[in-house]
Amino acid sequence: MCAYRNTCLIASATAALLTASAAFAAGEVNVYTNREPGQYSATLDEFTKATGIKVNAIFSEQGLAERIAAEGDRSPADVLITVDIGRLQQALDLGVAAPTRSEIVASAVPVNLRDPEGRWTALSMRARTIYVSKDRVSETALTYEDLADPKWKGKVCTRSFQHQYNIGLTAAMIVKKGEEKTKAWLEGVKANLAKKPSGGDRDVAKDIAAGICDVGLGNSYYVGLMANGKNEDQKKWAAAIRPVLPTFDDGGTHVNVSGAVVTKNAPNRDNAIRLIEYMVSPDAQHVFADVNYEYPVRREVAVNAFVASFGPLKPDAMSLADVAKARKRASELVDEVGFDR
Amino acid sequence: MRRRIGFSPPWILLAPSLGAVAIAAPLLSLVLAAILGGSDALARLATSVLPVALRETAILLSGVAALTVAIGSGAAWLLTAYRFPGSRTLTWLLPLPLAVPTYVTALVYVEILDAAGPVRSALRASFGRDVADLWFPEIRSLPACIVLFAFVLYPYVFVAARSAFMTGDSSILAAARTLGSRPLRLFLGVALPLARPAIAVGTTLVLLESLNDVGASEYLGVRTLTVSAYTAWLNRGDMQGAAQIACIALVVVALLLVLEELQRGTRRYHGSANATARSEPVLLARWQGATAFVLCSIPLLVGFVVPAAFLAREVIRRDLLQSAGPLLLEQLGTTMLLSFAATAVVIAWAASIVLAARIRATPFARRLSFVASLGYAVPGTILVLGLFAPLIGVDNLLGRAWALVSGGQPQLVLMASGAALVIAYVIRFLRVAIVTLSAQLAQTPPEIDQVARVLGARPIALARYVQLPLLRPALGGAALLVFVDCLKELPATLLLRPLNVETLATQVYSASSRGVFEDGALAALVIVLAGIGPIAWLTRAMRQGAPDATRPAPPDQAAF
Repeated sequence: MCAYRNTCLIASATAALLTASAAFAAGEVNVYTNREPGQYSATLDEFTKATGIKVNAIFSEQGLAERIAAEGDRSPADVLITVDIGRLQQALDLGVAAPTRSEIVASAVPVNLRDPEGRWTALSMRARTIYVSKDRVSETALTYEDLADPKWKGKVCTRSFQHQYNIGLTAAMIVKKGEEKTKAWLEGVKANLAKKPSGGDRDVAKDIAAGICDVGLGNSYYVGLMANGKNEDQKKWAAAIRPVLPTFDDGGTHVNVSGAVVTKNAPNRDNAIRLIEYMVSPDAQHVFADVNYEYPVRREVAVNAFVASFGPLKPDAMSLADVAKARKRASELVDEVGFDR
Repeated sequence: MRRRIGFSPPWILLAPSLGAVAIAAPLLSLVLAAILGGSDALARLATSVLPVALRETAILLSGVAALTVAIGSGAAWLLTAYRFPGSRTLTWLLPLPLAVPTYVTALVYVEILDAAGPVRSALRASFGRDVADLWFPEIRSLPACIVLFAFVLYPYVFVAARSAFMTGDSSILAAARTLGSRPLRLFLGVALPLARPAIAVGTTLVLLESLNDVGASEYLGVRTLTVSAYTAWLNRGDMQGAAQIACIALVVVALLLVLEELQRGTRRYHGSANATARSEPVLLARWQGATAFVLCSIPLLVGFVVPAAFLAREVIRRDLLQSAGPLLLEQLGTTMLLSFAATAVVIAWAASIVLAARIRATPFARRLSFVASLGYAVPGTILVLGLFAPLIGVDNLLGRAWALVSGGQPQLVLMASGAALVIAYVIRFLRVAIVTLSAQLAQTPPEIDQVARVLGARPIALARYVQLPLLRPALGGAALLVFVDCLKELPATLLLRPLNVETLATQVYSASSRGVFEDGALAALVIVLAGIGPIAWLTRAMRQGAPDATRPAPPDQAAF
């Protein structure tokens, strides 16, 4: 009980103001992202609205982990968001990731999609699918090995096999079947190519729509983005293809993850953990599912209906960490086979 | 007669030495990484990656060199020696492809000419698959890449050749004419060889730019050394392998630069100091003029008009002014600021390096100048990777010093303020200014320096009152080339920019990463438009720099 009522009022008012200003000056979090921020800027805006923490970002497809490593203990980076398992592994190899303990993350994300030591967590998943022509191809189930089958000669399109998404697939093939069989598979696919590998995954859809090839490799989320975007041309391409969730001969579908790492010398470490916790929260996971057409990592968040129409996703059981380690050999094999030439 | 070195005190070499150190640091860091990679990694590269990379690089460079010299010097000669309707306009317009980044031109032409693009689809509909797919040249190929680079990069040779043709001594040409030289022989046998140092400088810039290009080459499926290094790093995380390939690329570059030095030899390319009136351009007959006009407009159409028109069309089609407009102003401001700052530093530094090499003309000074130019030779991404260690090391020291003085927390000052980015630009583009200024100086006869010295000028006065005014047209030209290069720069900007900072080029990159490069069309168009102004000014400055027939001839030296 306060003896002097007025003083108490002033004291509590001041306390309230201080807390409010502290919340206002909740600070900022610096994000280095391999993923184009426009793709998840809505999530970041919501985060700022919810917590008052300002997000500063810088985007580059590569080089950011090296920059953090070079910046050392003065680095302003708090969070590194990567777009595939390879970059995640690179960040670990360079020693820029700090182990963090977060109950929220541990309960939201399945154990195979985060680091047991707490150094990284996946934020969303994407499957490497096979786009097939709606008109010309009737198969509804394909395996990755099928792409090397001579019956598809002259009918396969893909982006450069040195691109990280295809390297991930090749690395997964190495983990699954070993180098010999992977090399044979690469040579088989190369023999089936309709044209020299070029462009991106959307261009594969474009080429299938134009009749240049019948099947091609592409990530799952592009279909949703093309079909529901504002670009009329891309809508036509999406309408001409049907995505198939392929599997390995004796396994599941190859998936890759977009993940986040808290950096070792983060100046705003708490804000960084809050950002990651926000990104695995149901709100943000819904955005990943419904706006980006990806597979959410949070168990209870459902995939978008459009994505669900591709069929149920059965991710292959192999460890993503093993896939990451096989990437270097995968890239060398692609060069040895001369795939892109 | 030996020059008195005592007249040129050693402190003159301060600027060149700093330049050489600034370049040497990232290069050494690169070489170190290469050595750390080990020899079996190199052996593996030698069997799988290097043969293809070396072959494609060699073909690309020779093709681009041949085509740019043909286009650049041919157009420059037609526009200098002859007059025809439209020639004056074309002179202003021909350097414009410099304003368009190579990666943007590649993106545009792939959109237009690729298998699923409008041209081939129309051909397929009208004439069937044979014409559209078998006979039509593939845009994503080495030959197409050579042609694309040639039509985008010819302005370097055009500007250099035109400047040489205009400031060269016309009495030699007049003498050749009186001896009965026919026009083609005059061009090939007299004018071209006389302009050789300038053309060689321009061609070397073109070749270095082609060698270092990653965006367009990778997009078109060409595996040059640089693309291979970039891919090694990007896809294998193999920094050391990338460094090894980059070092091999550096060897190729060194060969190019040595070739350029050698071909200059000991010949003198300046005319007499008693330069009198220019020769009047020859007026062409009607159909000859028309042919010349068409020939000269082709490079302009391919290199500038088509890409710019495509970008403009996309901006209108997607209503980009509405959606991207406001953010764009901020990016434009940032881009301009960075480019201005870098250009100012580059010009001041390059001028001091070049003048120092001229005043204190020892081999050591020339070698310092050579090392300072190497920054351009290293591919942007690789240079920045090499820069991380030394630059951030210096930044750390600065930050700690600042913290000691001010008592605050040590910070990465250079990185956070963007100064690191300006430093990277300066290191990359120093060469452009150095060679432009040296080429101009090479055409200035040394007698002028000697006269000034006889009249008592010390080094600073010599530089300020004699050499700098003579350098002025080249200073403007160099400033503009560097400015436009900074506007378009991408790899260093991506990796070294502070948080939340975007330039026009990174905006185009972001859009392209999302797979919708057309969304970046507005930013790309602004880059092009921002570059047009400086280039037009450059052309105008070049015309005013050269005395023309209507002005009174300068007083004869012999009159003194």
